[in-house]
Amino acid sequence: MSPDPQSQGAPKPRRYKPLTMLAAGLAGLAGALFVGWLALPPGLQAALFLIIAPAFVYFLISRRMGWSDRWMVIAIPLLWFFVFFLVPFFVLGRISLAETMIARPPYSPLWETDRDGNLEIIASLENYRFILGDALYLNAYLSSIKVAFISTIFALLLGYPIAYYIARSPEPRRSILLLLVILPFWTSFLLRVYAWIGFLRREGVINNVLMWLGVIDEPLVMMQTDFAVYIGIVYTYLPFMILPLYANLVKLDDALLEAASDLGARPSVTFLTVTLPLSMPGIIAGSMLVFIPAIGEYVIPALLGGPDTLMIGRTLWDEFFSARDWPVASAVAIVMLFLVVAPTMWLQSVQNRQEERD
Amino acid sequence: MTSNPALAANTKPWRDPAAKPFISIRNVTKRFGDFTAVDDVSLDVYRSELFCLLGGSGCGKSTLLRMLSGFETPTAGQILIDGQDMAGVPADKRPTNMMFQSYALFPHMSVEKNIAYGLLREGKSKAEAYERVGEMLKLVKLEKFASRKPHQLSGGQRQRVALARALAKQPKLLLLDEPLGALDKKLREETQFELVNIQETLGVTFIVVTHDQDEAMTLATRIGVMTEGVITQVGEPREIYETPKSRFVADFIGSVNLIEGKAGPAAPDLMRVETDDLGPVVVPPTAGLTQGQTVWLAIRPERVWLTREPRPDIANSVPGVVQDMGYVGHMSSYVVRLANGRLIRVTQANESRRDTPITWDEQVHVGFEPSDFRVLTQ
Ligand SMILES: Nc1ncnc2c1ncn2[C@@H]1O[C@H](COP(=O)(O)OP(=O)(O)O)[C@@H](O)[C@H]1O
Ligand SMILES: [Mg+2]
Repeated sequence: MSPDPQSQGAPKPRRYKPLTMLAAGLAGLAGALFVGWLALPPGLQAALFLIIAPAFVYFLISRRMGWSDRWMVIAIPLLWFFVFFLVPFFVLGRISLAETMIARPPYSPLWETDRDGNLEIIASLENYRFILGDALYLNAYLSSIKVAFISTIFALLLGYPIAYYIARSPEPRRSILLLLVILPFWTSFLLRVYAWIGFLRREGVINNVLMWLGVIDEPLVMMQTDFAVYIGIVYTYLPFMILPLYANLVKLDDALLEAASDLGARPSVTFLTVTLPLSMPGIIAGSMLVFIPAIGEYVIPALLGGPDTLMIGRTLWDEFFSARDWPVASAVAIVMLFLVVAPTMWLQSVQNRQEERD
Repeated sequence: MTSNPALAANTKPWRDPAAKPFISIRNVTKRFGDFTAVDDVSLDVYRSELFCLLGGSGCGKSTLLRMLSGFETPTAGQILIDGQDMAGVPADKRPTNMMFQSYALFPHMSVEKNIAYGLLREGKSKAEAYERVGEMLKLVKLEKFASRKPHQLSGGQRQRVALARALAKQPKLLLLDEPLGALDKKLREETQFELVNIQETLGVTFIVVTHDQDEAMTLATRIGVMTEGVITQVGEPREIYETPKSRFVADFIGSVNLIEGKAGPAAPDLMRVETDDLGPVVVPPTAGLTQGQTVWLAIRPERVWLTREPRPDIANSVPGVVQDMGYVGHMSSYVVRLANGRLIRVTQANESRRDTPITWDEQVHVGFEPSDFRVLTQ
């Protein structure tokens, strides 16, 4: 450990110990990454370099400015973001610019040197032009957004009263109810979706019960419909709606509700003027947590939906694994990513502007 | 205190047995499970009063207030406001407004909107409502802060917004739960007078809950001292201080020396009480005492004489030693130990620059005028 020149003899070094260990850890990780780097295809190396170089420059500058401690603090999430989000994103981006080839990997390299030694860049936006021009993809995108949107609305309508009820419950009951909301996560998601097939199919639980009660004579067709997809998505993502809403509503000060009623507001008016506006952050967070994964959902439409349930996640899967057209599939994924990121960024900026105004 | 009986009856309606109370709390009890928070409380409050409910934390003050505003339902008993029984009337339909201990300002609304909230709920037009908001902002001197959000205000400013919001609807009765509790000492003292001014200007009936006896003494027309869900004494501040009815009240309001003793035979002018601490003590005659009954003599520290020489002109005088003294500027407080170890608190005004003030370890005499004793039986 190199002692800080200004703090000779002072009990400062103790403060730096975890940071030093962190730095050593990061250095080790960097070494491992470098070895991995050598094994990467050249295109990826270039892409990675484009990210690492600016990050390194930023690191140097920030040290100069004395931000190093702060930088260390955000280094881990940053690294996480980098390894699990940015790198895959650039890999996808790079593949989406290539052409499909019967080869291994099944796409063309990003550049080639021809016989004369000239560098030739092969990247093109052809795949994007293709998917934006093909009604199939456009419809898949639109229908994914529609399904995700409607599912989000239903999850909100269902999740809000549940979250509200849990948040208003006295303590022992509240913990139990909360546990019940989280309980499904103990079972595999796939199994739970399969369980819905047992409910929804022709000779499933719902049809049997309704027939037995005499409500219907013919079994209802529920499997392989959009209805089943909505059920599946709302069911699966409901906890993601309830939890942020609960976290928000549980903080709601009872005195505010009492103040509203003291000032002459009926309970319904209190809800609309106090509870609802104050729970907006919870509503937005919950909706995002449902909407974003629902857009790209593959398993639920594949298992519960019919052949005409068009969703981008399915299209993506087909493109990758049936058509084995990686470049087009990557382009589809990138566009989907922007579809998801755009509303998030927009909401973020709305919220920021709101906060600035306050 | 005024001596004009007409005026007295006018400004102190509680002294007039024929006066009609504005708020009647009749045998109200509130239980939470098997815990009794308010125990058979009866209380009358008159129009335009500033009534203080004074008591320690957890004695049921807030619960009583919340029953008046409609947030809690009495387990038993009746509450009348302006002659109307409040049973079954929900909070949003009551002619009361509350100023909350935490202020409970709506964090997502500006100051203006907070104040307008109640006005808009009663169906006033926007123009009417905001005209009234303007008046209220002027009253609490917050015109410049109309469009701020609560979190952009200081504690004192928030307190005034809460007051303005509660007053905007011109309630018949304003309930204030520890209205100054969250303010620092200096601001609290300033605001006390402001609160009294506003109350006198508007003539609204105030019921103020506080645990601070100084605050109650400063604000109140009358004080109700509460302990363990029971109101033990109701009276004007002076009455509560000078003639407490129980050891609890005497001790709770200000500082007091309590001396236990046995009542002597009844006498027409002066009565004797045998005490362990002071020996036989002469006190004013007190009705309703039987000989041998245990009584407590209460005397305020500022009523105790403290001298170097014995005072034969005072009926009760005992020697002692100064064990402790504190100089507070305008006065000094002493703790005097008597021969049997009993400690007596004495305060003396520092009216002149005495050349040699009484100080630690001095042999002194403490004297008690009979008329300064208050004889308590409970
Ligand atoms: N909703 C409630 N449930 C159970 N106990 C309560 C409730 N509200 C108040 N209490 C109890 O009643 C007593 C009086 O409370 P409160 O009126 O708030 O006292 P304070 O005089 O400090 O305002 C306290 O012991 C408190 O714990
Ligand atoms: Mg209280």
